[in-house]
Amino acid sequence: MLITIIRRDLLLAYRRRSDVLTTLFFFVIVVSLFPLGVGPEMKTLRLIAPGVVWVAALLASMLSLNRLFAADYQDGTLEQMLLAPQPLALIVLGKIVAHWLVSGLPLALMAPVLGMQFDLPPEALAILFFALLLGTPILSLIGAIGAALTLGLRGGGVLLSLLVLPLYIPALIFGAGAVESYIAGVSPEGHLSLLGALLILTGLTAPWVTAVALRIAME
Amino acid sequence: MSINWFKYSSPATFYPLAGKLIPWFYGLAAMLTIAGLYISFFVAPTDATQGESYRIIFIHVPAAWMSMFIYLVMAMWAGLGLVMNTRLSSIMAQALAPTGAMFTFVALITGAFWGKPTWGTWWEWDARMTSELILLFLYIGYMSLTAAIDDVRRADKAGAILALVGAVNVPIIYFSVKWWNTLHQGASVSLTRAPSMAKTMLLGMLIMAIAAWMYSIAVALSRARLLMLEREKSTVWAQEVLEQKP
Amino acid sequence: MAQEAVSSPASTPNDPADRPNTMLEAAHLTCQRGERTLFTNLSFTLGAGELLQVAGPNGSGKTSLLKLLCGLSPPVAGEIHWQGAPARGEDFRRHLFYLGHQHAVKEELSALENLHISTDLAGEPLTDEEALDALERMGLAGREHLPAKVLSQGQKRRVALARLLVSKAPLWILDEPLTALDVGAVDLIQSRLAEHLAHQGMVVVTTHQALHVPGVTPRRIDLE
Repeated sequence: MLITIIRRDLLLAYRRRSDVLTTLFFFVIVVSLFPLGVGPEMKTLRLIAPGVVWVAALLASMLSLNRLFAADYQDGTLEQMLLAPQPLALIVLGKIVAHWLVSGLPLALMAPVLGMQFDLPPEALAILFFALLLGTPILSLIGAIGAALTLGLRGGGVLLSLLVLPLYIPALIFGAGAVESYIAGVSPEGHLSLLGALLILTGLTAPWVTAVALRIAME
Repeated sequence: MSINWFKYSSPATFYPLAGKLIPWFYGLAAMLTIAGLYISFFVAPTDATQGESYRIIFIHVPAAWMSMFIYLVMAMWAGLGLVMNTRLSSIMAQALAPTGAMFTFVALITGAFWGKPTWGTWWEWDARMTSELILLFLYIGYMSLTAAIDDVRRADKAGAILALVGAVNVPIIYFSVKWWNTLHQGASVSLTRAPSMAKTMLLGMLIMAIAAWMYSIAVALSRARLLMLEREKSTVWAQEVLEQKP
Repeated sequence: MAQEAVSSPASTPNDPADRPNTMLEAAHLTCQRGERTLFTNLSFTLGAGELLQVAGPNGSGKTSLLKLLCGLSPPVAGEIHWQGAPARGEDFRRHLFYLGHQHAVKEELSALENLHISTDLAGEPLTDEEALDALERMGLAGREHLPAKVLSQGQKRRVALARLLVSKAPLWILDEPLTALDVGAVDLIQSRLAEHLAHQGMVVVTTHQALHVPGVTPRRIDLE
């Protein structure tokens, strides 16, 4: 069942490719804004790079969240999912995995390229990639809860950001911190393991909480 | 003594009962505030390093304590409302939120006023203040979500999920912020790492905290009554109450 | 406010000799939407082979009642039982086929893909032959592989109704299944309903149009 849902959502995302690409372009644009705002001095840029890339990833991830449930909600397929004889949490997990493959993984892959614009050394770029690889699923998982809670509401995207961004903060701290500590000469292991722990915790709980929130939103 | 709690949770019984209790809580709050302020300003000794300006902690610390405490109580009421489907529990959660947000805001402002004369900056990104700021975001998120949902039942339940998720995340957020702070600032100056507290200082803060607690209960009960009236306005008891008012 | 269920007349040719096994039981249901109470104290039972038609003007709560029966929203008061147990959880949903107002057809997918996904989700996967056959019977031959966004409203509804042809679930809850269908399709659906009921299935349906299921006299609930 999990595979069925993942395949379905990937197929849908593939047929609406433009949606996917806009998230990626947003990520690139936001990262590029910072040097324009801060000045091109490499010393500064190297310092702020991990944080900038991570915040841009947060924002890009968040913008893509409404794609998770909105379309299915509008055409009635979400209702059918609630009525399927499958655990809703499993269906939700499938959707989140597909969402991450389409909106999160590309960010992680793109990040080292952007990191080069900020003159980060290669090892730092690798750590940036790993951190985002661990972190972007966390963003999708937590974001799913927010997307379910705000399903169909007028305030929509802005309200969702308000709810979800504070909850993103631990991932941001550990994720950006991993790269920063490497640059400072400290091992990033601590940060990355905390990030990993956060991923496991979120992975085990978020799909179920999202399922509960979906049922509440659809009452 | 067995109390029939469900009787008190029925809106028609709760409304007048709360009405009678509210003035008492306001009274207690007022008395405790006067006592607390007296201790704060006249009894507690002048601090060796910070002089007189430190006295703002008698507002700052109790406010910070209350902001955290209220969030947990709010999450508890919301969770109860979700699980047991009781209307009053959800109403209490929504009634507490604005007060909790206010205390968070007060804690932040007073923290700034403490920081300026002491450390020279209006804001320090230390663990406590940053966590307090994030707590404010959590409150605002809860209030925004419940305000954005028209259907009352959905608003209550969705708010409960958010409050509970927030409550679970608060220790995680606090831990991560502390981690972030110690790694970045090294030898950090902590606004709240106060040198050994004189007993009177502690007493002053404690009394102010309890005063704040009494005040919160009074305000929350008032707000709960209004919410109840609004939600149940089509029922008999509510219309009787509305007709009585001038 | 709604009255209680009005049963069909005493002698109905399609009733088995014994009172059929009561499978769906609704007791004292009260439904509210926002501030409005739509109906109170609504009760009925539905057994194998029975068709229940829910009638009433727009906004009277027909769709809300159907959603209550599906378990999508909880009633303000009252209970729903399926085969004696509360109508909740995967066990109940396995026996349920619901067709709502929205056709639940993804525009980016073809009719065939849509049908496969909904049957997979329902735990009743089809072979390609079975799926294509169902779509053909619904009059969509030659259009099975087109993205659903090029289909008309009526055609999209037929894609959704194709599930009706293949569903093995005993309890069908259908919200206005015949809208936007031509006479041929209406006949097809009505005879499919008859077939389902003959095989001990049950149907709860709302419809604005007159329902003529061959060999079956529907029971009615009127919501006002």
